[in-house]
Amino acid sequence: MALRTISIYRGDSGGGRFVDFQVDVEEGNVVLDVVLKVQAEQAPDLAVRWNCKAGRCGSCSAEINGHPRLMCMTRMSMFPADRPVYVAPLKTFPLVKDLVTDVSLNYQIAKTIPPFQPRPPDPDGLYRMSQEDVDRVQEFRRCIECFLCQNVCHVIRDHPENKARFYGPRWFVRLAELEMHPLDTADRRQLIREMAGVGFCNVTKCCTEVCPEHIKITDNAIIPLKERVVDLYFDPLRWLADRLKGKRPGAVGAQQ
Amino acid sequence: MPGYEVHEYDVLVVGAGGAGLRAAIAAAEEGARTAVVCKSLLGKAHTVMAEGGIAAALGTVDPDDNWRVHFRDTMRGGKLMNDWRMAMIHAQEAPERVLELERWGAVFDRTRDGRILQRPFGGHRYSRLAHVGDRTGLEMIRTLQQKAVALGIDVFMETTVSRILTDAGRVAGAVAYRRESGELLVFRARAVVLATGGVGKCYKITSNSWEYTGDGHSLAYWAGADLMDMEFVQFHPTGMVWPPSVRGILVTEGVRGEGGVLLNNKGERFMFNYIPEYYRAETAESVDEADRWYTDKRNNRRPPELLPRDVVARAINSEIKAGRGSPHGGVFLDIATRMGREQILRKLPGMYEQFLRLADVDITKEPMEVGPTMHYIMGGVRVDAETAATTVPGLYAAGEVAAGLHGANRLGGNSLSDLLVFGRRAGLHAARYAASLAQVPSISGDEIEEIANEMYAPFHCADGENPFSIQKELQETMQDLVGIVRTGDELKEALRRIQALKERAQRVSVPGNQQYNPGWHLAMDLRSLLTVAEGIALSALERKESRGAHTREDYPKEDPEQAKFNLVVRRNSDGEPVLEKVPRPELPEEVRKILEEA
Ligand SMILES: Cc1cc2nc3c(=O)[nH]c(=O)nc-3n(C[C@H](O)[C@H](O)[C@H](O)COP(=O)(O)OP(=O)(O)OC[C@H]3O[C@@H](n4cnc5c(N)ncnc54)[C@H](O)[C@@H]3O)c2cc1C
Ligand code: SF4
Ligand code: SF4
Ligand code: FES
Repeated sequence: MALRTISIYRGDSGGGRFVDFQVDVEEGNVVLDVVLKVQAEQAPDLAVRWNCKAGRCGSCSAEINGHPRLMCMTRMSMFPADRPVYVAPLKTFPLVKDLVTDVSLNYQIAKTIPPFQPRPPDPDGLYRMSQEDVDRVQEFRRCIECFLCQNVCHVIRDHPENKARFYGPRWFVRLAELEMHPLDTADRRQLIREMAGVGFCNVTKCCTEVCPEHIKITDNAIIPLKERVVDLYFDPLRWLADRLKGKRPGAVGAQQ
Repeated sequence: MPGYEVHEYDVLVVGAGGAGLRAAIAAAEEGARTAVVCKSLLGKAHTVMAEGGIAAALGTVDPDDNWRVHFRDTMRGGKLMNDWRMAMIHAQEAPERVLELERWGAVFDRTRDGRILQRPFGGHRYSRLAHVGDRTGLEMIRTLQQKAVALGIDVFMETTVSRILTDAGRVAGAVAYRRESGELLVFRARAVVLATGGVGKCYKITSNSWEYTGDGHSLAYWAGADLMDMEFVQFHPTGMVWPPSVRGILVTEGVRGEGGVLLNNKGERFMFNYIPEYYRAETAESVDEADRWYTDKRNNRRPPELLPRDVVARAINSEIKAGRGSPHGGVFLDIATRMGREQILRKLPGMYEQFLRLADVDITKEPMEVGPTMHYIMGGVRVDAETAATTVPGLYAAGEVAAGLHGANRLGGNSLSDLLVFGRRAGLHAARYAASLAQVPSISGDEIEEIANEMYAPFHCADGENPFSIQKELQETMQDLVGIVRTGDELKEALRRIQALKERAQRVSVPGNQQYNPGWHLAMDLRSLLTVAEGIALSALERKESRGAHTREDYPKEDPEQAKFNLVVRRNSDGEPVLEKVPRPELPEEVRKILEEA
C-alpha cells in the first residue's frame, strides 16, 4: 500500500474545482477503485457512474490526466507515484455533478434512427448468415456506449453548436451496423447525410484512438458511410428515379 | 415536504435489464401505456455483463437436443427444487425467444451452415448456449433496448423506486426519486412488474455491481408478497482472485465450455476427484475421454469441469482449504495450453482484455487464478408459473428477482433465457390485468408524505453513521457467516449482527445535498440490503440439509424429507419476517418420465 494523491473535479453546472484526496492505493488498483474509496471513506456525496468494473458497461468514462478513458480499466500504476492523478468529467457533455455528465443527447439521437427492418426469413422460418458476413456487424455491435468517441470528436467538442446537426462517431457506428446488417432492408442514406451530418467528419481518427472496444470507427464505419452517401447522391439512375417519383434527394450541399 | 410529479401508466416496469425490457415490450405490444424505470442509464443493467450465452434447445450443433432434455437438465441442476411447470415453460419457449431476438437485429455467432452457433456449458447435456464471443449480454440488452426505443416506450433513467403503493391490497403505483436531482416522483399504475435483478451487494466478494441491493425482493416483501428459496445463493466457481481490488469479477464459464481446465498447484485436474454419484453416469472417467468429448459427444462423456456450479465451487473451496491452491488463494484455470492464440482472441476477447489489463496476465500464455464469487440468487419473489403474478394482485416479477425456475442451483445460460421467457409473460399478463380493472386504484397523499419523510431523514440526522460503513459490515457478516459452507451457530450469529445493523441503519447521516448523492442513495438502499440478508440467513438456518447451492457443515447430506417443501419468508403485521414451509406438489407421472429419460 502506498499513500497517493488523487485530484478529483468537484462541482456542478455552476462551476467547480479539483479537490485533492490522499488515499492508500493497493497493488493492482484502478482509478475507479480509488475514486470509490474516496466516496466510501471521505466524500459520500461524490457523484460518479459505474456498474461492471470490467470494461463492459461503458458507464465510468472520464478524463484522466487529460486523456479520455474508462476509470475501471485504467491502472494507477500507469502514472508516476509522486504526482497527483487528475480525474475530470467528460468535457463535451454538460456537467451534472462531479464526474457525472448529462449524456441524454445520445439517447435522443438513438430515437431518430429508423430501426432494423429484416427481410423475410427462409422458407423454414429461419435466417441463415455466414460468420464472414456478420464479422463487420459484430465489430460494431461491440460498442458499449461509453461515449468516449463522442467526447473527443472536435466537431462537437470545440463547436457545441454542431450538436444539432452532427450525430457523432458512436452514431455512425450504429448506422453502419444497420446498413451493413445482412438482413436489413431499410435505406438510411438520406438521414446519414442530412440529419447525421456525416460530411462534417474530416477523418481525424481521434474517435478510433480512444475506443476501448478497438472498433475501427473511422475506417470501418465512417468512410464506408461516406461512400454510400456519395453513391446515393451521384447515382444518375437513382437520381432520375427519384425525380420521376417527385422526390428531391435532399438539398445537395446544404446540411440541415 | 417537497412537491412531486405524478405520472400515470397502465403498466410500470421496475428495471431495464433483460427481464424488464422484455416485459415492457410485451406490455406495450399488448396496448398498455407502459413505462420503464431504472437506476442506471439505459443499457447498463447487469444483463449487459453476461458473457457466456443464452440456453435454448435450438439443436443447431447437437441435433439430438430438444426441450425435454433442457427441462431435465434444469431440474437435475436445481436438485428437483424447481417449480416444474416454470422449468417446462422455460425449456419449451426459450428457442422461440432467441429466434425472436434475431428477428429484432441480434447477431449471434454462426455455425458453418449459417445458423446460430451453440457452445457447451456446465450441466447442459448438449451444446446449448447461443452466444456472441463472451459478450452475449451486451448483444441481448442492446437488441431489447433498441426494440423498446423503436416502440416508443417511456424510460425514466437514473430513477430509483423506493416503495410500491397499494390500495385495498392491490397495486396502485410506486414512489421513486430521480438520482440526479433527488426529486420525488409518484407513479400511478394499475400493474407493476418487478425486474430488478439480484442481491450481490450483501456480500463482499461478488460479481455483482452496486445496483444489486435486492430492491425488488424488498419492495415485494414490504408490499406483502412472498419470498421463496432465499437460502439458495449461487457462488460461481470462477471469479478473479488477484489483484485484490478485482477479487470477485467474473471469469465466464465459457472458458471451460471452450475447453479450459481447472488445475491445482500440483498440476492435477482435480475435478475428477469430485464427481458426485448423481452425475457419475454422464461424466467422463479419464482425461482422455473428457478431451475426446469436445469433438465427439456421442461416444464420450462430459468433462467434470462442466459439472453444475455448486459442485465445482465446493470442489475449488476444498482444494484451497487442503493447501493445494494457487499463490493468491485460488486455483488455476488454463486455456493457454488447450487452444491457439487466435481462437482464444476470437472466442474469449473480453476475458483476454480483462486479465491483461487488470491482472497483467496473458491468458493465451499463462493460466488464470480463479476462486468462488457470489454470483446469483435462485431465491426471490414467489410467482405463478403461467403469469408471473405474485401473491399481491397487480404485482408481477420476472428475471433474477423471481424464484422457482432454478430451484436449488441455476445452470449457466438459464438466466438469460429466463429473462426473455418470463419477462414476456410478466409484461403480457400485467397488461391484461391492467386492462381488466374497472377503475384505477387510488393513492393516498398521506402515505406518500410519510414515505418521503423516511426517505429524506438521513439529511436531518446529525452525527449519524456513514451508510458505507454499515454496508461494509453487512458484507463482511454475510461473506464470513452465510457463505458457501454454513453452520447453525454461524447463521445465528449472522442474524444477531443483522439485527444490530438494522437498528444502526435507522440513524445514518449523509453530507451534501439531494443532487446526485450516492451516500444518500445507499442510505435508502440499506433497507433492501438488510431485508434480503435477513431473509437469506433465516432460510439458511431453517433448511437443515445440504442441497444444491446450500451447504450445511452440520447437516452434510441431502434429506429427502426436506425435499417436500420450499421455504417462504413473508412479513407479519409488525414488519418482522416469518417463515413458512410450503409443501411441494407431487410431480405428475408424465413429468417424472421425462426426468428418467436417459
Ligand atoms: C458478470 C456476469 C455474467 C453473467 N453471465 C451470464 C451468462 O452468460 N448467461 C446467463 O444466463 N446469465 C449470466 N449472468 C446472470 C444474468 O446476467 C443475470 O441474472 C441477469 O442479467 C439478470 O437480469 P434481470 O433482467 O433480472 O436484471 P438486471 O439486468 O440486473 O436489471 C435490473 C434492473 O433493475 C433496475 N433496478 C434495480 N432496483 C431498482 C429500483 N429500486 N428502482 C428502479 N430500478 C431498479 C436496475 O437499474 C436494472 O435496470 C451473469 C451475471 C453476471 C454478473
Ligand atoms: S474521425 Fe470524424 S467522427 Fe472521428 S473524431 Fe475525427 S471528425 Fe470526429
Ligand atoms: S464506439 Fe467505442 S468509443 Fe464510441 S461509444 Fe462505442 S465503445 Fe465507446
Ligand atoms: S464500470 Fe463498466 S465500463 Fe467501467
